[in-house]
Amino acid sequence: MTAKQELKKSIIASVWFMFLTFPIMVIKVNTVTHTIDWRWHNMALVGIGSFFLSMLWRYLLKKKEEGGKKDKKAGLSFIQRLLQEKQFALPGILIITLITILFPHIFSMYQTNIMTSALIFVVLGLGLNIVIGLAGLLVLGYAAFFAVGAYSYALLNLHYGVGFWIALPIGGILAALFGILLGYPVLRLRGDYLAIVTLGFGEIIRLVLENWNEFSFGPSGIKNIPKPGFFGIEMSMQTTTIYVFYIVVLLVVFTIFVINRLKNSRIGRAWVALKDDEIASQAMGIDKAKTKLRAFALGATWAGMAGVVFAAKTTFINPASFTLWESVIILCTVVLGGMGSIAGVIAGALLLILLPEYMRDFGEFRMITFGAVLILMMIFRPGGMIEDVRKTYKFEK
Amino acid sequence: MKPILEVKSMTMDFGGLRAIDSVDLSIDKGQIVALIGPNGAGKTTFFNCITGIYTPTAGDIYISSNGAADGKNERINGLKPNVVTRKGLARTFQNIRLFTSMTVLENVMIGCHAITKAGIMGAIFRGASTKSEEKLIVEKSYLILEKIGLSKYVDELAVNLPYGAQRRLEIARALATDPFLLLLDEPAAGMNPQETMELDELILKIRNSEGISILLIEHDMKLVMSLSEKIYVVDYGKKIAEGTPEEIRHNPVVIKAYLGEEVAS
Amino acid sequence: MDFEYFTQLFFGGLTRGSIYALIALGYTMVYGIIELINFAHGEIYMIGAFTGLIVSTVLTMMGMPTLAVVVLAGMAAIIYSCAYGYTMEKIAYKPLRNAPRLSVLISAIGMSLFLQNYVLLAQTSDFLPFPSLVPEFEFWEPYSHILTSPELMILSTTVVVMILLTILIKFTRIGKAMRATSQDKMMAALLGINVDQVISATFVVGSATAAIGGVLIASHIGQINFYMGFIAGIKAFVAAVLGGIGSIPGAVLGALVLGWTESFFTGYISSDYEDVFAFIFLVVILIFRPSGILGRSQIQKV
Repeated sequence: MTAKQELKKSIIASVWFMFLTFPIMVIKVNTVTHTIDWRWHNMALVGIGSFFLSMLWRYLLKKKEEGGKKDKKAGLSFIQRLLQEKQFALPGILIITLITILFPHIFSMYQTNIMTSALIFVVLGLGLNIVIGLAGLLVLGYAAFFAVGAYSYALLNLHYGVGFWIALPIGGILAALFGILLGYPVLRLRGDYLAIVTLGFGEIIRLVLENWNEFSFGPSGIKNIPKPGFFGIEMSMQTTTIYVFYIVVLLVVFTIFVINRLKNSRIGRAWVALKDDEIASQAMGIDKAKTKLRAFALGATWAGMAGVVFAAKTTFINPASFTLWESVIILCTVVLGGMGSIAGVIAGALLLILLPEYMRDFGEFRMITFGAVLILMMIFRPGGMIEDVRKTYKFEK
Repeated sequence: MKPILEVKSMTMDFGGLRAIDSVDLSIDKGQIVALIGPNGAGKTTFFNCITGIYTPTAGDIYISSNGAADGKNERINGLKPNVVTRKGLARTFQNIRLFTSMTVLENVMIGCHAITKAGIMGAIFRGASTKSEEKLIVEKSYLILEKIGLSKYVDELAVNLPYGAQRRLEIARALATDPFLLLLDEPAAGMNPQETMELDELILKIRNSEGISILLIEHDMKLVMSLSEKIYVVDYGKKIAEGTPEEIRHNPVVIKAYLGEEVAS
Repeated sequence: MDFEYFTQLFFGGLTRGSIYALIALGYTMVYGIIELINFAHGEIYMIGAFTGLIVSTVLTMMGMPTLAVVVLAGMAAIIYSCAYGYTMEKIAYKPLRNAPRLSVLISAIGMSLFLQNYVLLAQTSDFLPFPSLVPEFEFWEPYSHILTSPELMILSTTVVVMILLTILIKFTRIGKAMRATSQDKMMAALLGINVDQVISATFVVGSATAAIGGVLIASHIGQINFYMGFIAGIKAFVAAVLGGIGSIPGAVLGALVLGWTESFFTGYISSDYEDVFAFIFLVVILIFRPSGILGRSQIQKV
């Protein structure tokens, strides 16, 4: 395209966006004082910004179109190759283990708490990854299983004095049951419908938790949930934080281990086949219903366990922690990280939770950035940050 | 007469549309049978009924892996597709349906799903039986690929294969399910004469060395005439002819269906 | 049973249903044409309301007569919603025309998030009061205890919009093109229909009805908020699915059913679980009759 055409297109884009955003960006109405604030500087911002962004946009779209033809044969990215190198794996794991053990002792309690949160989201992301990334079932109400786990610990503890360690597997199992409960009626549903039903299911759970006061104590939630004990020893706030951190780390390791095994197994392959082509996978003997239910159940289990840990960590839960936004964030970690890719989801979760924490000043821009990033990733890098790589097998003849 | 597949008076209606009208068909053990007919005659629908994607409105479908030698056969109407596959019927698709996220080897390994059983516990704990099952799957898949001639593509993503190789991969995948009857839906579609000839040899090899019977939908008449021992011709959902290639070649009803009145007379 | 109470609930439900219908139309039309659930459609409705508020406030402060303000603000809301709808499609959906459904869905979610926070940041998170643009009609006085003037306005506007839309779809060239494209995109393209234009037009028309709904409801309820698109959007979506997504009369039918159900349920039983109701409806419908009341069931070709 000639420079003149480029210029023309960019100018048109610029004018269009200035027009488009005029009422909302420029005019700020104060209905109390009956004044209008005309923010012309915004218009200039939009005008200039869209001028350059539209050029960038067209350029990137063109590159994407050209890249598409070669892309399928594209080699592995640097990170992917790095992860596959056996020589890198061992020292890499050692370093990470060392860092993890030392982390809570080096950093403050506040920082450790943040990292613990991030790690909880790693578990959530990995769990959702089974359902979306591997099995291709778009579940939008995943936070509901998180809530099931959290509330089951809180309520079991409240009514029956159940301790953390017993509640942990129970939370997982209960969540799995809910997963099957959700999965069973939706077996026949296609992509978008499935997404909406799971969204509806998630919202129903939240609304029930909010309104059924006798059961869940409504919007005020449940307080004084005990932190996990260590053989009944009294621990200070500081020590407990570190303790919880290690528990979550163990949970993460456990999660990675199990999910990795599942992924590279007959079941894992069946999930991917189901995602790729439902009809063909059935023709190969895969039981659609059983495979899908397995995905729902196993995916939900991790959210359940994460929920128990979350309740123990924050000692106070209410429905506001389990809204659609939480589901969206977890979805983002999977989508941005790389669907089906364990390393990708871990990276995605850490990035999405830690970055806003360290960019507190930009906190109010977090959501809008999420939104934009989702769109951009889907257009330009649908595979995610670290794309999934299929396993290659060795065989002796 | 040792039929491994027997279809009696099968009818398939979609609302008011009768796609298949009272069709009979039988295949003996070790036979290569072709199902031909003009486009839209209902051939793929026929496959879909047999393999459980649709449940026939009327009629019966019987199978027997040993050709009803002991007088016993099994009615498979309305069984789910994955159940039908586990009973020994495998198929390929008219429009290639490979698993696009997976490698060539993994595509064939999926075929082994029907003959293996490791579950969640097996996946997580990887006990001895699971490990040996996995080894079996990998080895078997590789050997099938070797026989089909695709072993050089083993770790390649299935979508990256050339068209003819993709079609053969579908056949390899179907073979991994250990079928006694293989249903091929237009396996030669889009292939050049060289590839078609290789396909001809491949199908014969499958029948001769594995003893697998073949039911074939095809438009490539040369391939059909060369391979089949029996041909069924359908048009508008009805069977209009049945016989050996020679008989079919000269059957005026068939010629009329394909080419129209004038040529037949 | 109190008959007057019943009629109030009846008309209340009818009004609700009308608003849902105006929004649901957009969902159903877009789904019919590109099989996308436009998550961000609720935001179009919200933007329509905001634009209406902003323009009407500016014009009122400038001293224009109420009638002129109403008309101009309404037009502005429609124009801007259409513009946003058009732009939204070009940015977030067109590049993903051939992408898997999951990708487009996620992009739509992203767009919804983006627009909500865009308005939040550029305007405010507060609830802004919306002036009642509809005067109390004197001739309607005797009936106003059953159906208020604003409610009457909503109903009659909705009817007019439906009629106009039906004329558009049935009798105009672009309407026919829309119908053709929604049935078979490739065929329509082969017949010379400019599919891109038709898709844009669909978004634009859907946005227009949503904007009208936004202004009407804002005027009726008296306040707007950046988050209003979300819950209304979900409910309108439920309505569209209930009636059969892809079917225009279905969207209206579903909307009315939902509106009446909500009205009678909250009127006679309890108002606590009002929102849950919509979700339960949604889940149940999708499980037992995904094609909705009037929808066409889609058989997958093998």
